[in-house]
Amino acid sequence: MNGLLNWVDARFPLTETWNKHIAEYYAPKNFNFFYFFGSLALLCLVLQIVTGIFLTMHYKPDAEMAFASVEYIMRDVPGGWFIRYMHSTGASMFFIVVYLHMFRGLIYGSFKGPRELVWLIGMLIYLALMAEAFMGYLLPWGQMSFWGAQVIINLFNTIPYIGDVVSTTIRGDFVISDPTLNRFFAFHVVAVPLILVGLVFVHIVALHAVGSNNPDGVDIKKLKDERGIPLDGIPFHPYYTVKDIVGVVVFLIVFFFIVFFMPEGGGYFIEHANFEPANALKTPEHIAPVWYFTPFYTVLRAVPDPWYGTLAMFAAIAVLFVLPWLDKNPIKSVRYRNKAHLINLAWFATTFIVLGVLGVMAVTDGLKELGTRGTQIYFLFFAVTYVHSRPQQANYLMWFVVLLVTVLFWDFLRYDSSFTANQVSLFWQMLLLPIAYLATTLLLPHFVGGANKEKEVPTRVTG
Amino acid sequence: MKLSSFKLLLATAFLSFAVIPAAFSAAEKEPNLDANVDVSDKVSLARGAKYYANFCMGCHSLEFSRYNRVAMDLGLEEADIKPLIFTRDDDDNIHKPGALMVNAIRTKDAIRWFGIAPPDLTVIARAKGGGDWLYSYLKGFYRDDSRPFGVNNLYFSNVGMPHVLQELQGLQELDVIDDGKGHLIKTLKLVEPGKMSVGEYDQVAKDLTNFMVYVAEPAQLHRTFYGVLTLLFLFVLLVLSYFLKKEFWKDIH
Repeated sequence: MNGLLNWVDARFPLTETWNKHIAEYYAPKNFNFFYFFGSLALLCLVLQIVTGIFLTMHYKPDAEMAFASVEYIMRDVPGGWFIRYMHSTGASMFFIVVYLHMFRGLIYGSFKGPRELVWLIGMLIYLALMAEAFMGYLLPWGQMSFWGAQVIINLFNTIPYIGDVVSTTIRGDFVISDPTLNRFFAFHVVAVPLILVGLVFVHIVALHAVGSNNPDGVDIKKLKDERGIPLDGIPFHPYYTVKDIVGVVVFLIVFFFIVFFMPEGGGYFIEHANFEPANALKTPEHIAPVWYFTPFYTVLRAVPDPWYGTLAMFAAIAVLFVLPWLDKNPIKSVRYRNKAHLINLAWFATTFIVLGVLGVMAVTDGLKELGTRGTQIYFLFFAVTYVHSRPQQANYLMWFVVLLVTVLFWDFLRYDSSFTANQVSLFWQMLLLPIAYLATTLLLPHFVGGANKEKEVPTRVTG
Repeated sequence: MKLSSFKLLLATAFLSFAVIPAAFSAAEKEPNLDANVDVSDKVSLARGAKYYANFCMGCHSLEFSRYNRVAMDLGLEEADIKPLIFTRDDDDNIHKPGALMVNAIRTKDAIRWFGIAPPDLTVIARAKGGGDWLYSYLKGFYRDDSRPFGVNNLYFSNVGMPHVLQELQGLQELDVIDDGKGHLIKTLKLVEPGKMSVGEYDQVAKDLTNFMVYVAEPAQLHRTFYGVLTLLFLFVLLVLSYFLKKEFWKDIH
């Protein structure tokens, strides 16, 4: 055995790689609940690839046969329903895991130096994942597959001058049809998975070069013992391998509960309307994208002009990329930042969920206004995060006025004489939301000293 | 682990749902009746299959399902399902039990007769999010002389098909009462009794609904069985992995 290992090691850095990334990769010993989601995201990727391979063996990427082939998988392929439900559930679980993984990075400041590249690569993974999920959703060729894709592809139509060409190029036709299905299939099963796997590899390499952050945001590499091992570090294997196994089992319990007992996920993981075959002549009364896109869908709907709406939607994703350069506060973890920062994060997470819930609902006056106010808070978050970079020197009052004026200017632009009385009253009532947001994140730390006080970051990790 | 992050997460989730205004009013639609679907009642499923073949399948195929699969899932022999097969293959032989449950109506004819081809109904129960709507629909026909077939439906306004089960149910009429608060209360009352009593017809509607829910997803009959086994296994694995972790971590403080 040893001989074989030596033989391999002479030709390939097997032991070296194993040690560098697993056995002698020193991770902080204080990882908490939120640190399960990195390894779980990797598990989701593997699950999707493996189940996807089996689905590809039976699925027919043909507009005439796609819907029937999915039902064929559900009925005639032995275990086909099991594979298909794992894949459909896996898609939603992948996003749940990734959103929690990103939230972890947000609250513990994992995106800050020296981990900016880890964050950027992670954001690219998120983008690729959204493309992957979007194109995969067309494949069952149900009504929501078709009309969801219709809505999204039509967004490209709104690009000035070249919109038509762009959307026609994406579809491969003037309407969504067989060529669209074929190219989406190609992207979904070959191109994007390759990109995803490559990016995940780079994500991990980048992480292991700089080392993992932790809930305290303490740099464990500052204090090392005489052998050069961080005092607060423990080898990834066996400590985190055995710990992650517990996380994996808990994840699988949730995962398989959904697969076996509620595979439609209440109509959110597999939408009911998608059991009707795609019909280009019959527009569903209510088109809702799958839940993981809905926060951005609400941003899109919040802006009346389609082209600016599209820009806002992409900006909502793009702004996450620059987070490391917006939040320059040297303290990483929310634990040691001021209270105002904690409140800011809570607002952001709440807003994101509210925008998501709004995205699956049919638009009413009240929900539309709430969606617009939510969108404003979503974007304000990044400005306020910037202000919180230097809590002691920040001119909170000035920023409160500047950001409030920005909101009012936006409102001035969108206020329309065609508003009904109801819309006008909602408009003014819900103006309280961004005001409340700015007040709790900017006025509070200005007037209440306690809310602006930062705590001292310990030199060693706690707990 | 620190509780603060957990609390943040929980508070966030809670707040989010509290913020959504409860004043979300859906378009006024007749609420569905409760079908009390029970796909484990195989006798009901078999009756439903029989009614479906006799009354529905002439127009509405079940083209993703196979006769012998239905027989197997309902605990029947292939011979039992043969009387339900009326279609023929290219050689003019009656279809074998392994065939898909298609029908003989030609799309062109259907469009000429009804204006639209009657949709395949294999997965209709899933498209409607369960059996309640189907059950309501089957009981929702009432006389409306302005419609081409003389009937309308409380749960599918201006429906394009006739009331195929009228000979069983009889004919209902719609009563609309304005309660004075802006709500219209709609009730159906039987004006011409059919061959069956109200209770008997309810059972027919229920059997059909049961069958439709089953045929939309045959896997539901056994997936929960595998689910229980899988979860039992995972819970044992959870205990083992928990103690394995604890054992490895006992020196880490």
